[in-house]
Amino acid sequence: MPLSWLVLLVLALAAAGYFIGRIRVLKLAGGDIRALHSLPIYYGTNVALSVAVPAIAVLLVWLLAQPTLIERSVSGMIAPEMIPEGSNLNLVMSDVRRVADGLNTAISGGAMSLAEVEAMDATVVDVRARLGELGVALGQDVRPEVLAAAKSYRSAAVTGNTLRTLIVLALAGIGFGISFSKTKPDYRARNVVERAVLALLMAAASLAILTTVGIVLSMLFETINFFGLHNWRDFFFGTTWAPNFRGDSELSILPLLWGTLYISFIALLVAVPIGLFAAIYLSEYAGPKTRAIAKPLLEILAGIPTIVYGLFALLTVGPLLVNMFGQSGSLGLGWMSGATSVLTAGIVMGIMLIPFVSSLSDDIINAVPQTMRDGSLGLGATPSETIRQVVIPAALPGIVGAILLAASRAIGETMIVVMGAGAIAKFSANPFESMTTITTRIVSQLTGDGDFASPETLVAFALGLSLFVLTLGLNVLALYIVRKYREQYE
Amino acid sequence: MYDTEKLGTDVNQTETKISARNVQVYYGDTHAIKDVNVDIDAKSVTAFIGPSGCGKSTFLRCINRMNDTIDVCRVEGDIKIDGEDIYDKRVDPVQLRAKVGMVFQKPNPFPKSIYDNIAYGPRIHGLAKNKADLDEIVEKSLRRGAIWNEVKDRLHAPGTGLSGGQQQRLCIARAVATEPEVLLMDEPCSALDPIATAQVEELIDELRDQYSVVIVTHSMQQAARVSQKTAFFHLGNLVEYGDTSQIFTNPKDERTESYITGRIG
Repeated sequence: MPLSWLVLLVLALAAAGYFIGRIRVLKLAGGDIRALHSLPIYYGTNVALSVAVPAIAVLLVWLLAQPTLIERSVSGMIAPEMIPEGSNLNLVMSDVRRVADGLNTAISGGAMSLAEVEAMDATVVDVRARLGELGVALGQDVRPEVLAAAKSYRSAAVTGNTLRTLIVLALAGIGFGISFSKTKPDYRARNVVERAVLALLMAAASLAILTTVGIVLSMLFETINFFGLHNWRDFFFGTTWAPNFRGDSELSILPLLWGTLYISFIALLVAVPIGLFAAIYLSEYAGPKTRAIAKPLLEILAGIPTIVYGLFALLTVGPLLVNMFGQSGSLGLGWMSGATSVLTAGIVMGIMLIPFVSSLSDDIINAVPQTMRDGSLGLGATPSETIRQVVIPAALPGIVGAILLAASRAIGETMIVVMGAGAIAKFSANPFESMTTITTRIVSQLTGDGDFASPETLVAFALGLSLFVLTLGLNVLALYIVRKYREQYE
Repeated sequence: MYDTEKLGTDVNQTETKISARNVQVYYGDTHAIKDVNVDIDAKSVTAFIGPSGCGKSTFLRCINRMNDTIDVCRVEGDIKIDGEDIYDKRVDPVQLRAKVGMVFQKPNPFPKSIYDNIAYGPRIHGLAKNKADLDEIVEKSLRRGAIWNEVKDRLHAPGTGLSGGQQQRLCIARAVATEPEVLLMDEPCSALDPIATAQVEELIDELRDQYSVVIVTHSMQQAARVSQKTAFFHLGNLVEYGDTSQIFTNPKDERTESYITGRIG
C-alpha cells in the first residue's frame, strides 16, 4: 500500500473514531450531556487521538529507520574490492537504489513480472538498456553484484513496506479498541485531551530549543575540524588575515573583529542619538496625532530588507562621501579613495538601526509610570527637566538594554557590510578606508570554489561560532538588564 | 519622636489664601466641574470630600495647573492665590507649581536615593547655594516629613526601597523641600495601612502651622480628624462648604447629610 494511502487511511479511521466516540458516549449517557464528565467532543477527540497518534508516530520512526537498516544489510553485499577506482561505497549504493527503483517501476508498470526480475542475470541481459526502455536512465552499465544488491534491496523494501502497513493499521486498530472501551460517561476525556495538547505545546517549544542546540553543535564540530587543521593561536592571536587557497594561510580573527567592532561602533554613533531623541520626542512631546503617523513611518525603516540598505550604501552614501572627502571632492581633502569604507557601511547600518533603538526606547520610556512625571512636574520642574532628571534615569537600564540589542544586530549584520565596507582586512583607525568584517569573510570563504575540508573554508565555522558567542553574550547581558529594570516598578 | 509642638490654631482668625470664582472644568465634552466658588484659608487644613468622580481631584489639580498636562482639559473662571490670578497668561505654571506643592495618591518616589529625592526640587529651583546648604534643606525637610529618624543613616539608599508609608512621607518631605505656600494632597493615605495613615495624618496636622493644606479624601473620618474646613462635592458641584465641625454635625444641604450618613455615594 503506498504511503499516502496509508496515512489517509489512518486519518480516516481517526475521523471515524471521533464520531463513534461522540455517539457512543452520548448513547451511554442517555443523551444527557450533564451526565458526562467532559463535553462529547472530548470523548471523540480522545478516540481520534488514540487512533492517530501511536500509528503516525510509529510510521514516522519506521520511515526514518527502514532505509538505514536496509542500506546497512545490503551494503554488506558489496565487497570493498568491487568498488571501482575513483568511486566509493556511497556512489555504488546510490546506483543500487536507482536500479532497485527501476526494477520496482518495471514490475508495477507491468513491463516485467516478479519472476522475470528475479531471473534477470546481468551477465546475460544488458540491464542498462532494458531499464532505459522503461524510462529509468542509468549512468553506467550495471555490474552483476550491483544487480544482485538491487534485487535484495528491492525485496527487503517491499517486505518492509508490507510489514509497515500491517503494523501501523494494527496500532490504529488497537488504539481504537482501547479508547472505545474506555469511552464511558465518567471517563475523564477532557483531562486526557488537555494533556495531549500540553504535549504538543511542549514539543513545539523543545523543537525550537533543539534547533538552536543543533545549529551550535554543527558549528562546533566544524570548528573543531578547523582547529585540527589550523593553529588556534594564529586564529585568536594572529594579526593577519590572508587566506591562500594553495594552503599555508594566515587566518586570524583579530583584523576582522576590529573591522566588525569599528563599523558597529560608527553605526551606534549614528543610531543611538537619533533613535533616542526620536523616541523622546515621540513619547514625551508629540501629540497623539503626530505619534500615530510618525511612529509607523519610522518603523517602516525596520521593514526595509538589508540588501536594499546595501544598495543604498553602495550607490548613494558611498559616492556622496567620496564627493565630500575624496581627491576631487568638495572639501578637497583627498581622504577617501573608493566608495566602500568603514564610514559608508557604518552610517547606513546606523540608519538601519534607528527604528530599532527608537522603537524599543519609546516602549521603555512609555513604561515609566505617569506618576513619576506628575511628581516631578508637581514640584515645579519643566517637562524638559523632568525628562532629563527623572524619566531618562528611570528608563536608562532599559535604554542600555535596547542599545546592546542594537549592537548585537550591528555585529551580525551582513548585507550592508558586504556591499558597503569593502574586503580588506586590516587594523586601521581611518574610517575612510575599506575594511572587512567577520560576516563578510564568512560569506566569501564559504561561497568560493575551495575544497570544503580545507582550513580556508572551515574557518568560516570558527568565525561563525565566535560571532555567535559574541552576540549571544551581548543579548544575554541586554536581556538581563532589561528584565532587572522591569521588576523595578512591579 | 517629633520635637514640633502642636499649635492650636484659631479657626476664626484666618486670611484667605486661595479664592476660586465660577470655576468650570471641561474634559472634552464632559463638564466635570460646575460653577465652583470657594475660599480656602491660609494655614489650615481644608478637606474635599465626595463620592468618586465628583470632581474633587479635578478641582484640586486646577489649583496648581496640573490639568495643563492633560490635552483635552479646559479650565474657565478665576482661581486666585494671594489675590493673583494663576490662570493669567503671564503666570508660568512651572513657577506656580514650585509655590503650590502636590502629594499624590500613590507614593511616587523617583528611582533615586532618598537624599536626591528631597534635593530634586531645591536643585531645580536653585534654593541651595552650596552642598552644606543643600544638606541642611534635606535634613529639615525630612524632619518636617517626620521620617528623618528612620532614614538618617541611609540617605543614599534608593527611595523606592522604603515601605509604602515611608515612601509617602518621603514624598511629603520632597514637596515641603521646595518651600511651597500651599500643599495639595490627593488621597495621600489611600494606598497606606492604618498605622502609616495615622503617621501621615499626624504629619498633616503639624504641617498646617506653615502651609495651607488642601486634602482630597474618601474617608470621612479622616476629613473630620485632620481638617478645619470641609467642602462636599457632588456631580461636579460644590454642594456645601463650611467648618468641618458644622459639616459633620449639622449639614445644611440634604445631599451632604445623605452622603455623610452613608445614604448616597
